[in-house]
Amino acid sequence: MDITVKLFATFRFGRFAAATRQYPPSTQISEIIDELQIPVSEISMIMLNGRHADPDQRLRDGDSLALFPLVAGG
Amino acid sequence: MDELRQFLAERAENGLISWASQVAAAERFRTTLAQVEETALLLEILPARYQRNRQAINIAQQLTLFQGVVAVAGCGGLGGYIIEELARLGVGTIVAIDPDVFEEHNLNRQLLSSPARLGEAKVESAAARVAEINPAVALVPVQIAYAPKNAAQLFQGVQVVVDALDSVSTRLALSDSCDSLRLPLVHGAIGGWFGQVVTQFPGDGTIRQLYSRWVEGKGLEQRLGNPSFTPALVASIEVAEVCKILLGTGNTLRNRKLSINLLDMEFEEIRLDGQDKAVGQ
Repeated sequence: MDITVKLFATFRFGRFAAATRQYPPSTQISEIIDELQIPVSEISMIMLNGRHADPDQRLRDGDSLALFPLVAGG
Repeated sequence: MDELRQFLAERAENGLISWASQVAAAERFRTTLAQVEETALLLEILPARYQRNRQAINIAQQLTLFQGVVAVAGCGGLGGYIIEELARLGVGTIVAIDPDVFEEHNLNRQLLSSPARLGEAKVESAAARVAEINPAVALVPVQIAYAPKNAAQLFQGVQVVVDALDSVSTRLALSDSCDSLRLPLVHGAIGGWFGQVVTQFPGDGTIRQLYSRWVEGKGLEQRLGNPSFTPALVASIEVAEVCKILLGTGNTLRNRKLSINLLDMEFEEIRLDGQDKAVGQ
């Protein structure tokens, strides 16, 4: 199935800004995070099709996943 | 008071009153520059220092700003620029909250810092700066850390709170305090080339959404640091939000996060549905 993955800020470093990628059916969000080697502790917000999501949620063909790193400096 | 009004009306030219006349009025009538400014604005006489604000901000709005009370939590990278801009804008009372003193590593970006001010309390530098650039504005220095237990006292009479803090746990606590005190909160955060701004009204819960996965620790700013331009930009957007809230005009970043990427020069709006509470709440 096709999943569009959007990465924000530092998550793009050495990866990509946005890409539509192939994954096996019912892949979990956490599996994509692992595949991209993004430390879970650095993720501030996960959005799936514009709604907040948990890492254990399973994906469907055509889903759009966005990962945001923690930004908290002042 | 009638004499003050008459004095200001006589000194006004084309609806403007000069700074020299404001100072002369304060001395002659033994009153404060703040009182002179409010009296002038009530007479629909614009202090000449604000003449480039109009037509963006009209005289009635300038009076509203002057009667406004804004608290700035954190007087570092973001807070310094926010205070500067609020004072120049003409917001009448600014409550500046920060327990820290300036250190050398602040000099790359913190507007109120300078070599001569190293070791000085940030809120005292803020008071000195505001007294220099707009003496009609009251800067209330509060050299303590914001904490939930002092929120009610810190924010007494405050209309808008600005989040210029640097820790997630304190930001979340501030968000909760503003919620329970029914105060709008303008959130800004920075790290390296990146930043974000959200305006939260009571009950929105948007700041908790931004950090819904956070468990502990700092963000990407810990590795990337903060160059000079990111705080200036994010602070300016925060001040524009404060201005609109005080004036009740325009559209704010309510229920939407402005995600800023200065490395790729991308500004992206992320919708945060007010009904879509953070996962796990």
